[in-house]
Amino acid sequence: MADEVKKEVPARFKVTIDNITIEVAPGTTILNAARQIGGDVTPPAMCYYSKLQGSGGKCRTCLVEVEAGSAADPRPMPKLVASCRTAVMDGMVLKNITSERVLDARAGVVEFLLLNHPLDCPICDQAGECHLQDLGYEHGKEGTRYEFKRRTFEKEDIGPYIQLHMTRCILCYRCTYVADQLTDNRVHGVLERRDHAEISTYISKAIDSDFSGNMIDVCPVGALTDKTFRFKNRVWFTKPVDAHRDCENPKCCGKVTLWQRGDDVLRVTARKDQWGEVQSFDGKPGWICNTCRFDKKHSNDWVVEGPTKVSRHSVISQGHYIDMQMPKEIMPEVMGGRAPKLLMDIQDISEVNSVDIGLLPGPATSKTFEKKEQ
Amino acid sequence: MQLTNKAKQVDRRPMTFLESIYLWNIIKGMGITISHLFKRKATIKYPEQKRPFSQVFRGLHVLNRDAEGRENCTACGLCAVACPAEAITMEAAERLPGEEDLYREEKYAAKYEINMLRCIFCGLCEEACPKDAIYLSETFAPANYGRKGFIYKKEDLLIPHPINEKEAYEKALGNKAKR
Repeated sequence: MADEVKKEVPARFKVTIDNITIEVAPGTTILNAARQIGGDVTPPAMCYYSKLQGSGGKCRTCLVEVEAGSAADPRPMPKLVASCRTAVMDGMVLKNITSERVLDARAGVVEFLLLNHPLDCPICDQAGECHLQDLGYEHGKEGTRYEFKRRTFEKEDIGPYIQLHMTRCILCYRCTYVADQLTDNRVHGVLERRDHAEISTYISKAIDSDFSGNMIDVCPVGALTDKTFRFKNRVWFTKPVDAHRDCENPKCCGKVTLWQRGDDVLRVTARKDQWGEVQSFDGKPGWICNTCRFDKKHSNDWVVEGPTKVSRHSVISQGHYIDMQMPKEIMPEVMGGRAPKLLMDIQDISEVNSVDIGLLPGPATSKTFEKKEQ
Repeated sequence: MQLTNKAKQVDRRPMTFLESIYLWNIIKGMGITISHLFKRKATIKYPEQKRPFSQVFRGLHVLNRDAEGRENCTACGLCAVACPAEAITMEAAERLPGEEDLYREEKYAAKYEINMLRCIFCGLCEEACPKDAIYLSETFAPANYGRKGFIYKKEDLLIPHPINEKEAYEKALGNKAKR
């Protein structure tokens, strides 16, 4: 190889993914090139997060097949490569959903990710927006072959607002990158190795950084959840609206999604893009501070911009009436100004919504409802 | 234009004397009536006698308990999202330490309501339930004088305790759950 002439690097690399050719800047990873094409061609990613430096390469769900390494050396790569960590070469030919090997490997990866993951989706607050749920649904197999005892941990509180449910963790390390890159001093990380590895706060030390809440947003599963939203409602019964406020914190973006029930704000999250990542505003990722996320739970704290666009394939859009036009109320007009007599007002009889659980600091318990009855 | 060949010419001849006293037609009609006295009756005497339910009958909802009497429902909301009539609402709560014998999972439905005025008894809630917590029994929703009585709360829907009220539990379980 000594006599190889070093050619000039072209300004744009031509890559072909699943027979779709695109030109990308040198240094782009395969995953980001695929994201520029979009759609089904994009490999799923559980650990890679474009806004967190150094993330990726851990979960292996984004494996793709390299059919031709580059225009200069068109030999295929023997193994599947992790697309989030592999940079494209000029003339690279890749196969994602058109490759049997990739689909088979991905089903295997999903099976491994679900080895220790509990199937408590009916309980988990992440259900409906969980990336592992989507991954299992799209790429996984129906059953499990695992017959042994699953790894379980006690629930742990990371600070007053965040609950860590280590049993559900898939060790993507995204939250530790948040701690490294967003907060001043990292107090939590991964302890132990292998099957015993767990995210912990070095003896449950509270995280009091202003941006610690963002680890809830980056968590692809329900391992890190918002304690102020715990068991309050299911995401598909809440109404997501875009809102903003002028936050005093200069690093906070202040642009959020409110998850409302009626006018009650049940949960505040950062705005997500189509890949489930925090949206960027003016080139900066829109991380939000803990004050915005956990303390501003009144709708008059926020300036509402309008309903969040939710994919119609998402369960979150189920039962939501978009662009609904209410028919004109003609009864008072016909009856000479008298309103019709209601035979029953459901609000008088229903016991649901009798307690304003949206404003509770934690989940409702039997005590919440006892107090009401007294 | 003739569409079918079933058209009959109307007979407009004047009636004869025998026809005009209608006796023959009355005898013919009474014959049919009297013959039914000797045939098997199509009706039953309802409250005393009851017809067997079809195997796929979908009646009043029951919220199930497990063998130890703990509530199965975890308030996951899948029944409510599956419900085409939007009849189901619920409110979840966290199980406190010491309540383990009441609820099977760490989350449970503190409030659970079905609006029977809205319910169309389609059984989609039963199909959606991942915890085998709701099923449609072989009972009708009883009649009521007011609309208020058709908002079924959790205590109206919950099956009796299988250990403390064994007989009532067996009765509520019905044939469907046994199958």
